[in-house]
Amino acid sequence: MTVNVVSTGEAFEFTPENVAWAKQQIAKYPEGRQASAVMPLLHKAQEQNGGWLSKEALEYVGDFLDVPYMRVLEVASFYTMYNLKPVGKHVIEVCTTTPCWLRGSDEVVAACKKALGIGFGETTEDGEFTLLEVECAGACVNAPVMAYGGEYYEDLDADSTTRIIEAIRRGEKPKAGPQIDRQASAPVGGPTTLQNIARGEG
Amino acid sequence: MLSDKDRIFTNLYGFEPWTLDAARKRGDWDGTRELLAKGSDWIISEVKESGLRGRGGAGFPTGLKWSFMPKNSDRPSYLVVNADEGEPGTCKDRDMMRHDPHKLIEGCLLAGFAINAVAAYIYIRGEFVQEAKVLEAAIQEAYDAGLIGKNACGSGYDFDIYVHRGAGAYICGEETALIESLEGKKGQPRLKPPFPANVGVWGCPTTVNNVESIAVVPTILRRGASWFAGLGRPNNTGTKVFCISGHVNNPCNVEEEMGIPLKELIEKHAGGVRGGWDNLLAVIPGGSSVPVIPKSVCDTVLMDFDSLKEEKSGLGTAAVIVMDKSTDIVRAIARLSAFYKHESCGQCTPCREGTGWMWRVMERMVEGRAQKEEIDVLLDVTKQVEGHTICALGDAAAWPIQGLIRHFRPEIEKRIDAYQASHAVAAE
Repeated sequence: MTVNVVSTGEAFEFTPENVAWAKQQIAKYPEGRQASAVMPLLHKAQEQNGGWLSKEALEYVGDFLDVPYMRVLEVASFYTMYNLKPVGKHVIEVCTTTPCWLRGSDEVVAACKKALGIGFGETTEDGEFTLLEVECAGACVNAPVMAYGGEYYEDLDADSTTRIIEAIRRGEKPKAGPQIDRQASAPVGGPTTLQNIARGEG
Repeated sequence: MLSDKDRIFTNLYGFEPWTLDAARKRGDWDGTRELLAKGSDWIISEVKESGLRGRGGAGFPTGLKWSFMPKNSDRPSYLVVNADEGEPGTCKDRDMMRHDPHKLIEGCLLAGFAINAVAAYIYIRGEFVQEAKVLEAAIQEAYDAGLIGKNACGSGYDFDIYVHRGAGAYICGEETALIESLEGKKGQPRLKPPFPANVGVWGCPTTVNNVESIAVVPTILRRGASWFAGLGRPNNTGTKVFCISGHVNNPCNVEEEMGIPLKELIEKHAGGVRGGWDNLLAVIPGGSSVPVIPKSVCDTVLMDFDSLKEEKSGLGTAAVIVMDKSTDIVRAIARLSAFYKHESCGQCTPCREGTGWMWRVMERMVEGRAQKEEIDVLLDVTKQVEGHTICALGDAAAWPIQGLIRHFRPEIEKRIDAYQASHAVAAE
């Protein structure tokens, strides 16, 4: 597997707040085991760097933890949540694994592609949106689902998918969770168990 | 049907707040200090007697696993909670963490005490951003209330709990890959032995347990091993959170008694199969890794470890994926083959090469663009992958295909015939 790392030519360093946060992360692990903090620090670096990790960001995290650059790159290229090339301002991730597919993820994918005019792994020309296909998001009883901005959008169909993307385009943060009338993972129409407790009578 | 008074996860759906106050009203953190005072041997023996088997898929007896931890070690011991939920079909740990996190936190303290751990690390999948936030806030509440940390619950025992976020790798649900990941490396499984109880994270004794296995512990200790053991069947005891997805009228999570008939589970809680029970084609009963079972088996099978094993499938994570007669079953399984190809860590050749090979053949089977002899070649390759890799991902990639061929070979053959017929015409 070839891994391409993109250099921006500009130095990367954590903001003072993120330096403090990173030190707290390192303190979670036993002394001398600071390499364990590579994942949280990469998450934070990606967040600060506009959703992706440049060569400079990887080097910075390695220096911060006293871990060789190659070890950081190994981690950054192994885990799918780390992006090694620039992404759009808004990253839409659609799950297409079997439980979502059975509930109509093909429609959700088609609606995304139509609304954004791009395919999986692509970014719109204006740099606003990136569309990604992801494996099982782990919200299968609320399938089909997509993730955006650290939230799950669940029980989707073509219409709700389009509505969500249009709202994001307008700069809004659409309401996450089920897009149909249900409470979390409870069945539509209300729970079949815990009914007294659910109504606050338990 | 399990009665509400025997349900452990009374806030599974999040109708009430997850906070400490609300959790205490639900009975959490009640007399935890007294439970600790009974000692670690008592906790381990209660959990053994309850018959609790690991809820992450493999079903290994939890109490027995704890008893493997060294009693006197010069190294610190750790509890690691596997919250890297990612087995397709499975979404139960998510509900426990976002709606009932104090059950998990109290469970960490009790389990950690039982194995003499200095700390617990909860490894949560990276995509569960909100769930991790709730969990971290709940842990902070527990620290502030003196329930964990120095002198936890006034017991004299010091115990820390930390959250570690993953970053999108299914393989990290395998316990030794998870340990590697927690050490800041690629999530590639380790050879066993040495087992984690001897050499785990940072070379120290470690127990890795699923979220649900840990979260049920406080209730088992409060209500007694015999209460839990009295639910379900021998060797398959207790309650279980089932995830019912796919072609049912009302997909949902629900906590039920182990051993509930599959048909009853689907009809009582998920509103039945879309188009009625007779419209059922097949069910994957325990998450994507276990072999599919046809309707004839679904009619009578019980949802527990031993019943499903007898049918050459498994309870796995108890994630029930329902497929009605409109399903292209070959495509449904081929999509799982794509999943395993994507998630293979690449360490062992049979898995790295085999998952890709099996997926490519499965894609041809979807179209019928194959020879009938290739069905047996494919089956043979699944057997070559199965059991020949460091971890069980190779097995997990092989079993869905084996289940498909076992029960739906005529469907694959029909497709090959149809493809050949249409192309013979085209060639004329």
